[in-house]
Amino acid sequence: MMLQDIWFFLWGLLWAVYFITDGFDLGIGVLLPFLGKDEDQKRTMQAAMGPLWDGNEVWLLTAGGVTFAAFPMVYAVMFSSLYSALMLILFALILRGVSLEFRSKLESPGWRRLWDTCLFLGSLLPAILFGAAFANIFRGIPFDQNGVYQGNLFTLLNPYGLLGGILFLLLFLVHGTAWLAIKSSGEFQEKAYTAGKKLWPFLLIAAVLFLGATYFSTTLYQNYFKNPVLFLVILITVLALLGTRIFLGSQSPWKAWFSSALTIIGATFFGVIGLYPKMFPSSLNPANNLTAHNASSSPLTLKIMLIVALIFVPIVLIYQIWTYVLFKGKITEEDLTYEDTY
Amino acid sequence: MDALMLSRLQFAAATIFHFLFVPLTLGLSIMIAIMETRYVKTQDAVYLKMTKFWGKLFLINFALGIVTGITLEFQFGTNWSRYSAFVGDIFGSLLAIEATAAFFLESTFIGVWIFGWKKLSPKAHATVMWLVAGASTLSALWILTANAWMQHPVGYTLRNGRAELESFSAVLFQKFAILEILHTLSAAYILSAFFVMGISAYHLIKKQHLDFFTRSFRIALGFGLIFSLFEFAEGHLHGSDLADKQPAKLAAMEAHWETKTNAPIYHFALPDEANEKNAIEILPLPGVLSLLAKHSPSAEVTGLKAIPRNERPPVLINFLSFKIMVALGLYFILMTLIGWFKRNRLPESPGYLKLMLYSIPLPYLACELGWILAEVGRQPWIVYGLMKTSDAYSPVAQSQVLTSLIAFILIYGLLGAIGYYLIFQQARKGPEPVV
Repeated sequence: MMLQDIWFFLWGLLWAVYFITDGFDLGIGVLLPFLGKDEDQKRTMQAAMGPLWDGNEVWLLTAGGVTFAAFPMVYAVMFSSLYSALMLILFALILRGVSLEFRSKLESPGWRRLWDTCLFLGSLLPAILFGAAFANIFRGIPFDQNGVYQGNLFTLLNPYGLLGGILFLLLFLVHGTAWLAIKSSGEFQEKAYTAGKKLWPFLLIAAVLFLGATYFSTTLYQNYFKNPVLFLVILITVLALLGTRIFLGSQSPWKAWFSSALTIIGATFFGVIGLYPKMFPSSLNPANNLTAHNASSSPLTLKIMLIVALIFVPIVLIYQIWTYVLFKGKITEEDLTYEDTY
Repeated sequence: MDALMLSRLQFAAATIFHFLFVPLTLGLSIMIAIMETRYVKTQDAVYLKMTKFWGKLFLINFALGIVTGITLEFQFGTNWSRYSAFVGDIFGSLLAIEATAAFFLESTFIGVWIFGWKKLSPKAHATVMWLVAGASTLSALWILTANAWMQHPVGYTLRNGRAELESFSAVLFQKFAILEILHTLSAAYILSAFFVMGISAYHLIKKQHLDFFTRSFRIALGFGLIFSLFEFAEGHLHGSDLADKQPAKLAAMEAHWETKTNAPIYHFALPDEANEKNAIEILPLPGVLSLLAKHSPSAEVTGLKAIPRNERPPVLINFLSFKIMVALGLYFILMTLIGWFKRNRLPESPGYLKLMLYSIPLPYLACELGWILAEVGRQPWIVYGLMKTSDAYSPVAQSQVLTSLIAFILIYGLLGAIGYYLIFQQARKGPEPVV
């Protein structure tokens, strides 16, 4: 059925947009202790995402909300199966959100260190756990015919899941360095480029390992072999990944960022296309698989939601892009001493 | 405790905590937008100072509201998966629309407001605050419509073992939703008014920043007075609508046991649930309950005994929540009326100001009691008449829920303490000179 397929790919697209937008703030959060050597550098890093991270995070809420609305069975089984992982992500996001707001409210160094640590952990955990969660979905989750999960948190920490976690973390880290290069100049920008270039080979290794491991651990490639033109998605993703390195090398920060954004979209769609039409496969019995076709809402709800999405998503994109343009300038001294900055 | 009870506690903790921050966001955003607009129009620096001072308090509160809201959305999936599968068609779509049509706007523009002081013209900057305020309200409309559907499900058919959407407009424009929205928004405005008046009172008692805080107080006073009066009338309509749609809740609120005509209200009563009667009943006002519920003193009002025991909500908690909420509502009217008469000589009324300072927590209490009444009063149903709470929870291990519940309480407790400490601190510091 058409509507269900449209929603399946919109669902994938929403996750991809979330990973692109929030990906760089999560990356910056993890980079904070490594690149932020003094107070000025730390504030530069936080100011680089300050005006944007909140709006970025809503893409997660939308991706979650759309799962609930368009595929309620998937929402129900996915979130109850991945209970502990999701709770950890939520607690981490809470800590990240308040640390940005709280850190500048008191003048003590200990206070700031506390919230910097929270920002670091609040970025590290979601980056790894999202990757691990998606890799496990690609692989199949042990749940029975009643949608009851038969594992625990550690079931998710299998080698393939962990590899997924590391891949996501590295994607976000490189993405974060590109954004920092956009927002900074001089010595700090130099540092951002260097960090990006140093991290990139690890990203490449993780990506190659992941592509290989996917062949052995999942059935994702079946769709690709059935329809070889889809291999183009992988090819574009790999080219974008190479492009990211080239543009970091040529000190073209915007190009590097877009290239890395394309890598993230590609990586997400690599999985989404491979899954189709499955959304939440069971590793116990394929008969339990939740698919775009057996787990969706009624046609009326899908139709109304589509109308809402067609009206509002473009509007959201317009004003979010406007804010990106409004805050496109480099972070200056003035921004850092500015009383309303975090 | 089993996973059901733990999930209920977790949801209660998450909503109660979330709703400590939401009402202030709803009301204070509008007041700040008014202050900033006045600054743009008059170029009077006091209004700019007001915008920044109240804005700082607003932002700490806002951050906590946002992060606790995100966990709420996901709890439907983690802890209430059978509910989610049953109502995703309707409830889920309302949440998704809320994120797309309101929450994005609010979260995107709050960043612009915080960081955009020097990047936007004053007029554009004030407009951004109106957008934030408007988006928060819009957000509330969608969420409350979703909650109203749990209270009084409409526009659905039962098919494929779930509630499928039949009429979207029936869901959006039902009376229950409209009454719930008006009631909750007014409560939020009252709370915000008391917050601003209370903090202003503190500084007026200390005789500092007199002009600044007198003006702040008076802006809030207008809000507080109008919405306290409105809430009183609206609450009555809400109550009589309950008599039609949720008779069990109404009966529990009033500890009304026997179905009868000419039903009374008591000056004082205390329900005794075990024996299905009131342990104490003092000074009945005959016919008043009938009059309030059905607009006729001789009308019949359903009593709790007419409802099977396993479909009755807990009586005492609803009864007390309701009575205390109403008493607080009357207190808010009284205090804002007194304020209105004293509005031109506030600094000379230390007694009143002191009372207003200590009244800050009271609207918070009223708001939470309102939610307890709404949610506990609906029990044992999660969707009134359609699905029981005991059929709605996730099949997850009890240990997982217990661990997350403990984590919630610890993290929320700590963040709440820190958040309010920062709010207190900023509030006490008073306005800073604007550059």
